[in-house]
Amino acid sequence: MDTRRGALAVPKVRRVGFFTSIEPPPESSLQRPNRSQSGPVDATTSSSPLSDSPSGNLISPVLIPPSRHHSDNLTSRVAAAAAAPVPVPGPAAFRRYLTPERTLLHVGSYNPPDSLLGTSSPSSNGGLSEDSASLFGFQRSDSTKLSASLPNGGFDLTLAVRAPQESETKIATTSASQGKKKIAEVSGKSESATTKPQKEKEPKALKDKTTKAERRAIQEAQRAAKAAAKGEGSRRADESGRANPGKAAIKPQPKKERLPVTSSVSEKTAVAVEKEKRMDVPQTQMQYDDKSRVDKAKRRAVVEQTESKNKVELFLHLPQYERSNQLPNLSSNFFTLDSIHHAVYKVGLQHLAGDISGDNARCIAMLQAFQEAIEDYSTPPMKDLTMDLTAKINGYVSFLIECRPLSMSMGNAIRFLKNQIRKLPVNLSESEAKSSLCSDIGRFIDEKTIIADKAIVQHAVTKIRDGEVLLTYGFSCVVEMILLYAHEIGKKFRVVIVDSRPNLEGQKLLRRLVTRGLDCTYTHINAISYIMREATRVFLGASSIYSNGTLYARVGTSCIAMVANAFSVPVIVCCEAYKFHERVLLDSICSNELGKCFTRSSSCRLFIYLNQSFFACVKNLQAILTP
Amino acid sequence: MDFQVVILAGGFSSYLVPLVAKEVPKALLPVANRPVLSYVLDLLESSNLKDLIVVVEGEDAALKVGGWISSACVDRLHVEVAAVAENVGTAGALRAIAHHLTAKDILIVSGDIVSDIPPGAVAATHRRHDAAVTVMLCAQPVSGPSESGGSGGKDKTKKPACDDIIGLDSLKQFLLYIAKGTEIKKDTRVKKSILCAAGKMEIRSDLMDSHIYAFKRAVLQEVLDQKPAFRSLKQDVLPYLVRTQLRSDVFSDQSNVEENGNGNGKNNMQNNEVVLSQILSNASMPSFHQVYESGLGTRKTHKCCVYIADESKYFVRLNSIQAFMDVNRDVIGESNHLSGYSFSAHHNIVHPSAELGSKTTVGPHCMLGEGSQVGDKCSVKRSVIGRHCRIGSNVKIVNSVVMDHATIGDGCSIQGSVICSNAQLQERVTLRDCQVEAGYVVCAGSEHKGETFARK
Repeated sequence: MDTRRGALAVPKVRRVGFFTSIEPPPESSLQRPNRSQSGPVDATTSSSPLSDSPSGNLISPVLIPPSRHHSDNLTSRVAAAAAAPVPVPGPAAFRRYLTPERTLLHVGSYNPPDSLLGTSSPSSNGGLSEDSASLFGFQRSDSTKLSASLPNGGFDLTLAVRAPQESETKIATTSASQGKKKIAEVSGKSESATTKPQKEKEPKALKDKTTKAERRAIQEAQRAAKAAAKGEGSRRADESGRANPGKAAIKPQPKKERLPVTSSVSEKTAVAVEKEKRMDVPQTQMQYDDKSRVDKAKRRAVVEQTESKNKVELFLHLPQYERSNQLPNLSSNFFTLDSIHHAVYKVGLQHLAGDISGDNARCIAMLQAFQEAIEDYSTPPMKDLTMDLTAKINGYVSFLIECRPLSMSMGNAIRFLKNQIRKLPVNLSESEAKSSLCSDIGRFIDEKTIIADKAIVQHAVTKIRDGEVLLTYGFSCVVEMILLYAHEIGKKFRVVIVDSRPNLEGQKLLRRLVTRGLDCTYTHINAISYIMREATRVFLGASSIYSNGTLYARVGTSCIAMVANAFSVPVIVCCEAYKFHERVLLDSICSNELGKCFTRSSSCRLFIYLNQSFFACVKNLQAILTP
Repeated sequence: MDFQVVILAGGFSSYLVPLVAKEVPKALLPVANRPVLSYVLDLLESSNLKDLIVVVEGEDAALKVGGWISSACVDRLHVEVAAVAENVGTAGALRAIAHHLTAKDILIVSGDIVSDIPPGAVAATHRRHDAAVTVMLCAQPVSGPSESGGSGGKDKTKKPACDDIIGLDSLKQFLLYIAKGTEIKKDTRVKKSILCAAGKMEIRSDLMDSHIYAFKRAVLQEVLDQKPAFRSLKQDVLPYLVRTQLRSDVFSDQSNVEENGNGNGKNNMQNNEVVLSQILSNASMPSFHQVYESGLGTRKTHKCCVYIADESKYFVRLNSIQAFMDVNRDVIGESNHLSGYSFSAHHNIVHPSAELGSKTTVGPHCMLGEGSQVGDKCSVKRSVIGRHCRIGSNVKIVNSVVMDHATIGDGCSIQGSVICSNAQLQERVTLRDCQVEAGYVVCAGSEHKGETFARK
């Protein structure tokens, strides 16, 4: 959306490669209106049939928007193509990923419907883009997306590589469709494009809300240009054939070591992906201003929740409940909730009461409770273990959600568990199945948290040099381990613990570090700009990292990172791989957990403000982690 | 939820003479014409607790209670009635039924409470903290007739101001000290180690032990086995557990077993487990128990938690005559949701089969049982009248309880009294704050104040 941000961004994050195999290209339903609005432009493209537009013939930037509309039109033609002539559809945005320098546009999709997949033409270029998808972990979804929405998606890749400016114009027009102020930028950036006049004309026409006649004139002009470009296009198609391998050679270079990992991961999980998509219960976001869905959820609810009286309008889409009532309500229902295993119940209570906080601990506690519940489980007669156990786990999960919204890591763990249940061989006896599930859970805990933490600690300790002042925010168990380990191996450093209300988790950390003999300074976040002068390195924990590099962490984290950036202090974020999530949030108040004073955690966009060290570090850590 | 419920219904309590008699054990004392035990059973049933063990002192009482239970709620509940010898105390009673207890935790409820505090709350607190024992505390009830009742308030001897002295930690989660107020004469001793570990102790005298406990079964049985002299849960077992919470003997065996189990595992696994437990414990604010434990290494601790009931909840223990009066008044008065009856527009319950004479008024907060007859020009205020009572004309009954089958002659005036079943008041008897034993006959024309009528 914001081109300025995009320009600042660093592309390396996307290499993390955790998500290679997860979701098909996201496509926002929000974007469809845009596409349908581009009807007038479509008129030109719809005149040229699909078969007429082979991948090669659309090179000049002028022609690309029409062709895109063409394919878009397939899906959106049903919707009345009318209204404001917004020329550029959503998918253009994805192209930004293709330019190496600009990777950080938020793809803006929450729930990817796959409707567009059907429109992808099985051209060789489409296949190419698939290849590149597996090459560039993060880009995968986007490029497949491209190939989906564009018959010549693969070709666009090469185009982007060759002529960044051209693709830039495309991006700019995207933003033009959303905000007119960007148009100045558009015109500036499309300078080098060959068909600049038309390109310019289009947004301008848009801007002025042109009459039908004028629009028609534009279309005519475009059609003419397209015809002219056809010859040129075929020539360039050859070029693209050459360019592709070249690009593949250029781009993956820094990622070569990642390749085997991502591909193996993708193979492993590829089968489950389709099912997972459907089974992905914990992660569906409910919009709490949607009355009917809220009512439905209420009827299903295990725990009675009273909505808070004075709701904050800004957070209407988030659950706003009276926190004070939840605990007594839940605990007085102790004996009535028969369906919930008591271990799960205990964990739920502890989450609700705040006895357990911190992502790792919550996730581990939950998994251990599930382990216990599975051990006590026995399949009722006439029922299938897989089905029944999944239903049971679902019940537990919804109970836990009502106690406290799940963290991403818990969501991932639940998904893992359900997947394991689904993959149980049919011929296993019940006790075998149960023990295999329990050992799976145990392995998950070991591999994803403990070994991952150890790896992070081992690596992060190398970043600490003698005499450094390390700043940390709140409480993160990995950061604590790093600090303690570094102290243990005799590094000389000082710790600054920055804390913030309401929970003041930093105090626990402070207490423990001081008892271990570390030199600590404790301050509140108000003083961050003063204390940052002393710091030489910032260590942060994260609740989750989203696929666009956004960090989801305790509220205030982005503030710390920004200040660190302003003082040119390197920031290192420590996050286990199982906390990664393919979701992308456009806004920092999309899926927050609201605390007592509406300040529990919020997603913050760290990526813009972080300097290179952060990404380098995350990349490395990740490389160690992925099994 | 892996809880077992034990109701300690007692036997023939000496505190309640002359209300209880051979025919009516304490558990069957009528409160608004229902046995008090039914309130406990209802409370538990509303929490979906249907497997209950009712412990009654004495075979006779057990037969009576069992008979009533089987007639009243055999279809809804699965109740096991266990008889124990008389005068073994609560701890003795539990010792006697110990072999019945199998669940992980045990909820022990006194059989004489009338309350609407959900027992699940105490169980949930128990589980949340993984405590050895959790005690439900509630605010001291206001004894004596309510302000509006007013008439006999002045000459009521108020109960001693504090029943229990309770020490809590700063978060009001743990029990640091508990003693009966009456036991403390001048001074008392508080464990220094507990005080040091907890840092702060808040001593409350406005809270009352409600006799609803959740125990870990292993702990309870361990204590009962180790200390055969303990007779009462409240006076022996609970203070013992509270006193020893930082140097727990009760867990010694189990923890040894656990350590052995760990030792057999692979070194790597054990290491992982250490990290795991560290992550988990670091995530939460350590209780002073954990801090203390880590400071001293080998010492084992156990937690004694409290659940403090909301002040808006109703809670009364029927352990004195005064309490009996209070409960009867409240159940048909302010806390009428407990009684399970539906009240008329005049806030009273007059059974359709009851006969009222002319010019007889039955005020609000009254209850008239089935088949009772009330003569002309009577006035009934804030009173409970049982089934099949016969009340003559010109009778005034205020703030009283008249049990089943009582006969009251013409021109009587009864205030703040309890007339037990089958008792007979002849003409023109004036009673004030009296208790009349079952089957007793009060002579005509007598006037009494604050007396107890019982056959010697």
